[in-house]
Amino acid sequence: MVIALEATGLTKEFKGFVAVNNIDLSVEKGTIHALIGPNGAGKTTCFNLLTKFLQPTRGTITYEGRDITRMQPAEIARLGMVRSFQISAIFPDLSVLQNVRVALQRARGESYDFWRSDKVLSKFDDQARSHIDEVGLTEFTNERAAALPYGRKRALEIATTLALSPEMLLLDEPMAGMGREDVDRIAQLIRKIAQNRTVLMVEHNLSVVADLSDRITVLARGEILAEGSYAEISKAPEVIEAYIGASHD
Amino acid sequence: MAMADKTTSTQRVEQTAGMPTLHKAIFVVLLIGLIALPFFAYPVFAMKVMCFALFAAAFNLLLGFGGLLSFGHAAYFGSASYVAAHAAKVWGLTPELSILCGTAAAGVLGFAIGSLAIRRQGIYFAMVTLAFAQMVYFVALQAEFTGGEDGIQGVPRGNLFGLFSLADNMALYFFVLAVTFGGILFLYRIVHSPFGEVLKAIRENEPRAISLGYDVNRYKLIVFTLSATMAGLAGATKSQVFQLASLTDVHWSMSGEVVLMTLLGGMGTVFGPLIGAGIIVTMQNYLATFGAWVTIIQGVIFVLGVLMFREGIVGVISRWLKKPL
Repeated sequence: MVIALEATGLTKEFKGFVAVNNIDLSVEKGTIHALIGPNGAGKTTCFNLLTKFLQPTRGTITYEGRDITRMQPAEIARLGMVRSFQISAIFPDLSVLQNVRVALQRARGESYDFWRSDKVLSKFDDQARSHIDEVGLTEFTNERAAALPYGRKRALEIATTLALSPEMLLLDEPMAGMGREDVDRIAQLIRKIAQNRTVLMVEHNLSVVADLSDRITVLARGEILAEGSYAEISKAPEVIEAYIGASHD
Repeated sequence: MAMADKTTSTQRVEQTAGMPTLHKAIFVVLLIGLIALPFFAYPVFAMKVMCFALFAAAFNLLLGFGGLLSFGHAAYFGSASYVAAHAAKVWGLTPELSILCGTAAAGVLGFAIGSLAIRRQGIYFAMVTLAFAQMVYFVALQAEFTGGEDGIQGVPRGNLFGLFSLADNMALYFFVLAVTFGGILFLYRIVHSPFGEVLKAIRENEPRAISLGYDVNRYKLIVFTLSATMAGLAGATKSQVFQLASLTDVHWSMSGEVVLMTLLGGMGTVFGPLIGAGIIVTMQNYLATFGAWVTIIQGVIFVLGVLMFREGIVGVISRWLKKPL
């Protein structure tokens, strides 16, 4: 078993309140790992710690064997670990094509060239289009991103993320606020993009991750309550009590 | 939930590949108009408009495309004005070298202040830039070489490249036209470059730009420095036109005026700041007989502008035409 992302003794305190308490988490390479829990369980804090948008009070985080505990968020993105956001993370005033292109142009190292015409960006168009096709947004290529319906915005976000060819994806509640139809589409999309990647996703809703994840970690009050496959954790009495029982889902 | 966010019909974005025809056409018309202008209008007034148009366009790069509101841009405009005036008068440099010195000074100052200011956001960013601008004002007031209350007066116009005399208003006009028009085209290029594309992405969604691996602060510092440098080019050129560098150039009200010009014309548009600068400078010129009332009239226009058309004049036109201007 190869570990992609590992956290040891991860703790985050906010002015005396412990949001995340001594969490040990390892995400196996090439799997879909879900982090679930009721509201206030510390999922988002934990997620922000792993993606470096927050600094942990204690504990270490390693990615592919490298200590990333003190790194900047943009640095870990360049290592191939890319996150998404709970609110759809798009560039609203840019077209769908431009959204994806912005991700592509970073790797080439000419993004500081303020003296060159943006004509040079058209060399990324073909690659951008193929990512747009991959998530089924072909007909929207030249649309303003802000004008897309919600589910499509999430698809665009995924296309942009894929453009970075990340080895690991961290998805923050990818299905939040979606209708049934959109949930299915995004679930399929996640399964598709996870084929040769590691995915860690945070979700509120247990049923959504049930048949999508290889492994599930349940958080409650900032601590790990249970970990295992869906079959294992859905039987665990403490999970039923603290989580499923609480949310009547 | 998915239903709540309906598609607002078709909102196609025109694909950017070089300069759109419409923009090219406007620039050509503008250039022809400006070449003809001094034969009909007073050239010094026209040069003043062009300098402020460049100043506002430089400011707009930072506010409209970088999403950063600086309230201290007079520092770069003014310091360049002083350095260029000093270079021409005391060191006896030719006009183009004096302007270059002034512009470089503004660039260095912009880099120094920018590297501290970009660590803060929103209103704090504006306050930090204002605070530094006030320090620059204090230096201009107290230092030896700036001439205190008098400023630097009687700056010689000199000979361009040491060859062509700029003493004649017409000769100077075409030199200023070349500098400011070139400056505005350069700013246009920055906005429409690979760098400009990332800048827009940062303005639209900063956390997302970070998660894509961009060092957001580095982009902010570069755009701040570029904006300060180009504001400096405007200030340095202005000092050669009026043969004067004065405290007005570094005063906080100058910082406010450039904000006003940009917002009135339309921030984040290409042509808005030019229009805004034209209107404000014209008003100051032709309403000068009203004395202190000018500021009141300006204030009223600003309030009406904010209430009635927030996107600015060009912003509104751009929305009507459904084309970016």
